[in-house]
Amino acid sequence: MSERYTITETSVGSFLQAMTASGRRVLGPKLVAGRIEIADINTFADVVQNGQSVVSAKGVVFPKVERLLKYRFEGKNIALEDVEPQAQPTVLFGLRPCEARAFHALDVVFNWDSKDKFFNTRMANTTVVGLSCTQADESCFCTSLGSRPDDTQGSDILLSPLKAGGFVAEVLTDKGKALVALAKDTFQPLADDAALVPPATVAPAFDAKALQQELAAMFDSPLWAEQSLRCLGCGACAFVCPTCVCFDIQDEADTKQGQRLRAWDSCGMRIFTLHASGHNPRDKQSQRWRQRVYHKFAYYPERLGTLGCVGCGKCSRACPVDMNLKQHLAQVAEAASQG
Amino acid sequence: MADPFEPKMTAFVCNWCTYAGADLTGTSRIKYQSNVRVIRLPCTGRIDFMLVMKAFSRGSDGVIISGCHPNDCHYTSGNYHARRRWMVFRDLLDFMGIDLRRVTFSWVSAAEGAKWAELVNDATNTVRALGPYKEVQQLAAVGIE
Amino acid sequence: MEALQNKAKELLAASAVKVVIGYGKGTGESRRPIFVRAAERAGDLVVDTACTQNLATYLTKAEVRALGRIAIVAIPSTLRSILQLAAEKQLREENVLALAIVDGGVRELATFDAIEEAVATIPDAIGEADQKMIDKLTAMSVGERRAFWADELGRCVKCYACRSSCPMCYCERCTMDCNRPQWIPVASHAIGNLEYHMVRAMHLAGRCVECGTCGAACPVGIPVHLLTFFAEQTVRRQFGQKGGASAKLDYAMSTFKPDDKETFIR
Repeated sequence: MSERYTITETSVGSFLQAMTASGRRVLGPKLVAGRIEIADINTFADVVQNGQSVVSAKGVVFPKVERLLKYRFEGKNIALEDVEPQAQPTVLFGLRPCEARAFHALDVVFNWDSKDKFFNTRMANTTVVGLSCTQADESCFCTSLGSRPDDTQGSDILLSPLKAGGFVAEVLTDKGKALVALAKDTFQPLADDAALVPPATVAPAFDAKALQQELAAMFDSPLWAEQSLRCLGCGACAFVCPTCVCFDIQDEADTKQGQRLRAWDSCGMRIFTLHASGHNPRDKQSQRWRQRVYHKFAYYPERLGTLGCVGCGKCSRACPVDMNLKQHLAQVAEAASQG
Repeated sequence: MADPFEPKMTAFVCNWCTYAGADLTGTSRIKYQSNVRVIRLPCTGRIDFMLVMKAFSRGSDGVIISGCHPNDCHYTSGNYHARRRWMVFRDLLDFMGIDLRRVTFSWVSAAEGAKWAELVNDATNTVRALGPYKEVQQLAAVGIE
Repeated sequence: MEALQNKAKELLAASAVKVVIGYGKGTGESRRPIFVRAAERAGDLVVDTACTQNLATYLTKAEVRALGRIAIVAIPSTLRSILQLAAEKQLREENVLALAIVDGGVRELATFDAIEEAVATIPDAIGEADQKMIDKLTAMSVGERRAFWADELGRCVKCYACRSSCPMCYCERCTMDCNRPQWIPVASHAIGNLEYHMVRAMHLAGRCVECGTCGAACPVGIPVHLLTFFAEQTVRRQFGQKGGASAKLDYAMSTFKPDDKETFIR
C-alpha cells in the first residue's frame, strides 16, 4: 500500500508550514538547552536527525499526568463529570523508527480488554512521520529485536535521507496520505537512481526470539541479583521508555470536589507491588529487575504477540547507574547458552 | 460591578498562647478583619513547614503563623524548634520563588489580644494590596492533560 | 588506581571484607557503580576524575548489606556521607571500611574517628559552576526565580532518581509516598513537583553533604542539587552546623539555641 516520493529539505519546510497552517501541532526531537526533547518543531533545522530524545514521545498519547474524571459534592449528591480527552491533532515529525514502532506496544495494552478512550482519542489524532537513523550509539539495539534503523512499522510516513540531499518519503497509511495531501506539490516522484544514505550499523547483541525461550528456564538464576545490585529502584527507565505503560491512579480531593488522575508508575519502585497487608511479593530489587526483563521480553510476546521493547536504549542512557539493557540482555543470552 | 478582592488568610496558631490571645481579642471586643481562618495546633513546634505551602496551594492568599514567645512555650522548647524550621524554610521558599510578603510570622502571647488584632489587620492589608495569589493558585491546573 | 586494585584484592582474598563497592567502566566514557566480590575481579576497579557519583547510597541498601562487611571506594563526599549515616545510627563501624582515595594512593579508614580526621582536612567547596548558579539565582527577583523553577520543574516526571541516588534518603517509607495522610500530591503536575522538591530540600537541610549526585542522577537535567545545596548553605550560615562533619549527631533541625537570631518574627 505504500507510495514513495522524494522531498527536498526546502520542501520539507513548506510541508511543515502546511501542517501548522492546518491547525496541527508539530512536535519532534529538538535540541533544547543541550538536551534532545520532544518539542515544538517550527523549521526543519529544529529536527535532530540522529540521536535519541531523553524522554520518549509517548507523552503525546499517554501523558505523564492525565485527568480521567472530576466530581463535586453537592449536599448528599455526587456530581460526576467524565472528562472527554481533548486531543489537538498532532504530528510527531522526525521520530526515530524505534519510537514509531513503540506505539503498537502501547496500543495492545490500552485495547486489551477495555478500550481506553484517552489513549485511543490521542492516538487517532496523532500522525507519525518517522526519520530513518543513519547513526546509532552504543545503547541502541533495535536489530537485536528483529527491527532496523529504517523500519517502517509504526510510521504513517517514513523519511529516509538521500545521498544527494533530501529524503525518500514512504507513505504507508491513510493518515500519512491525508498529511501528504496538505502539501501535494512538495512531493516529487521517486527517481530510479535515488541513492539512500546507508542506515546506521547496529550490530545485534542477542536474539530476542531465542531470549524469549531462554528466559523460561532462568527464573531462579542468580544473574538477576548480580545485575541489579547497582539498581536504585527509581523510575527513570520506565518513564523515559516509549513502551512502558504502567500507571498509578490518584484521587485528589477536598471536602467540596475532587479529580481522578492517571500518572506514570514504575515496577522498579519498591512500593509498586506493596500490598495493603504489608506483604510485598517483589520486595527485593532483583525480583523487580527480573520482572522488568520478563515483562518486556517474555510475557508481552507470549500474551500480547509483541515485544515490550523497541531497542531505543533510552532507559540505558537515562539510568543514573548505567544499567545498560543491551549489555544486560547480552549477558543473559550468554549465561543461557552456557546452560 | 465585581466585588472587590478580599484575601483568604490562613493562620496556624498554637493553642496555649496565640489561640488564647485571639480569644482575648474577642472577649475584649476588639474588632479585626474577618478574612482569617484560624487553625489551632498544640504548639508551633508541631507546624510542619508543608502546611504553609498547602495553605497556598489550596487557595490562601496569605498565611500567618504565630505562637508563644521564646522561653514561654507550654512544651518548653517547641517554639525554638519552630523558629529554626522557619529560618530555613523561609529562605527556601524565597529561593524557589514564593512571595514572602504573603507569609507573616509572629509571637503572640495569651495576654496580647491587641497585638493579635493588629497583626491580622496588617497582614490582611498587605495581602489585599498584593492581590490574589494567582501564581500559586493557577499552578493547580498546570501539568495535567 | 593500581594501589586501589591491589588493596581490594588483598582485602577480598583475606575475607576481611565480602564486597568492595567502587567504580567501574560504564557505557562509553561513563563510570558505573560496581560490586567486586571475587579477588580476581579487583582489576575492574577504576579511579579517575570521571568517578564523581556518591556511592554511599549503597551502604543502606538491604541487598548490599546482606553481602557482609563492605569496603567502599570513598571520594570526599562519600566520606562525609559515611559520617552523617553514622551520626544517624544507620551504620555500624565494624561493617564499613572506607578506602579513601588520596594523592594517587589509598588510605584505609577503618573507624569513624579516622574518617572524621580525614574529612576535617578536606575543604568544603561546592563546585564553581554550581556556586555561580546559586549566586545568579539569589540575585534574581522572586518572580524570576519562580519562573526559573517553574520552567525547570516542568520537566520533572517524579521518577525519584534524585531521592534514590541520595545517600541520605534512606527512609523505607518516604513521607512523600504516604497517602494516609497525603502530604503532597504524588502526580508529577506543577504543584506535585514543586512541593516534592521543597520537602526534599528541607529534609536534607543540615544533612546534605553537597555531593551533587541528585542533580547528576536527574534524567531530564533539572539542577535539583541547587535546592539541597541552598538549604545546606542556609543552615551553615544561620546556625554554623553542617552535614557530614562528624559521626556524632549535630543536626541543626533537631537542636536549637535559645538565642537563635532572626529578623522576621514580629
